[in-house]
Amino acid sequence: MILQQLQEKFPLEIIKTGEGYGNLFAFVKKERSHEFFTYLRDEPALKFEFLIDLFGVDRLKLNESPRFEVVYQLYSLTHNHRLRVHIKVPEEELVISSVVDLWKAADWSERECWEMFGIRFEGHPNLKHLLLFEGFEGHPLRKDYPINKRQKIPIPGEIV
Amino acid sequence: MSMKDLFAGAVITTRVKEVVAWGRKNSLWPMPYATACCGIEFMGTVSSYFDISRFGAELVRFSPRQADLLIVLGTINYKQAPILKRIYEQMCEPKWVISAGACASSGGFYDNYSVIQGIDELIPVDVYVPGCPPRPEAILNGVMKIQEKIVAEARGKVVAA
Ligand code: SF4
Repeated sequence: MILQQLQEKFPLEIIKTGEGYGNLFAFVKKERSHEFFTYLRDEPALKFEFLIDLFGVDRLKLNESPRFEVVYQLYSLTHNHRLRVHIKVPEEELVISSVVDLWKAADWSERECWEMFGIRFEGHPNLKHLLLFEGFEGHPLRKDYPINKRQKIPIPGEIV
Repeated sequence: MSMKDLFAGAVITTRVKEVVAWGRKNSLWPMPYATACCGIEFMGTVSSYFDISRFGAELVRFSPRQADLLIVLGTINYKQAPILKRIYEQMCEPKWVISAGACASSGGFYDNYSVIQGIDELIPVDVYVPGCPPRPEAILNGVMKIQEKIVAEARGKVVAA
């Protein structure tokens, strides 16, 4: 039902839909993703007002292209239904539009996703390090981040 | 009671250094720097069953300026590093450091991008206590090792950690 409705509304954006692990999923092109998410949140029949999670995936070891993917796990409190949205992000253009203006919950998740994978979220109000320290080099959850790479130990700042 | 009555006329010979060391050794003021599970073992160590006060070290301070024994218990990551270093710097001399548990001593099993592989990369450590987590007896043993070290230092010996 949900998938059908989405396919009719965004015939060009949706690459693939289906059901996996007890969840409906949709692979969507990233170009008009913000419009797509706005529709998911506001359309009365869908009403996905709850963003459960947002995270990145690196498919380097699977030799897949495009390499990166951002996954959104959505839930509707009104209709009690769920949807997983996958958006592929190519390595050459690591940017995707932010959904903080739609769901506040996306704020920290996007910051984490940015520092761990290097995927930039366009329109994020405060895209800086969340878990790692300022000046951390590289993106540690990428599959090609060297496992024994050590950072320079940060020195304490001035006493205020 | 005057000093004379206390020793009943007997004569005691000692050295100032020894007396100072005796005092230091039996009145350590620890500051726990507990970031993870090892900290729970320290709570056990201070509580009545194991009772660190038997060694004169029950006065746990949460201000580094009032402490002379820093006990680091738990995983120290890169983000924590400047904080730990600053706290160590704020302690007055003489000061000692116990690195309690596998994480503080070597990074433990957190051999990854975010964890310091042993706090000795940051600050000097006097005693390492092994264990994940070390039992309270082991932490007490660490405190006793510090006491031995204090006495030995007063006698001019250098003790290996
Ligand atoms: S050494 Fe073990 S018990 Fe102690 S902080 Fe690390 S993981 Fe926790």
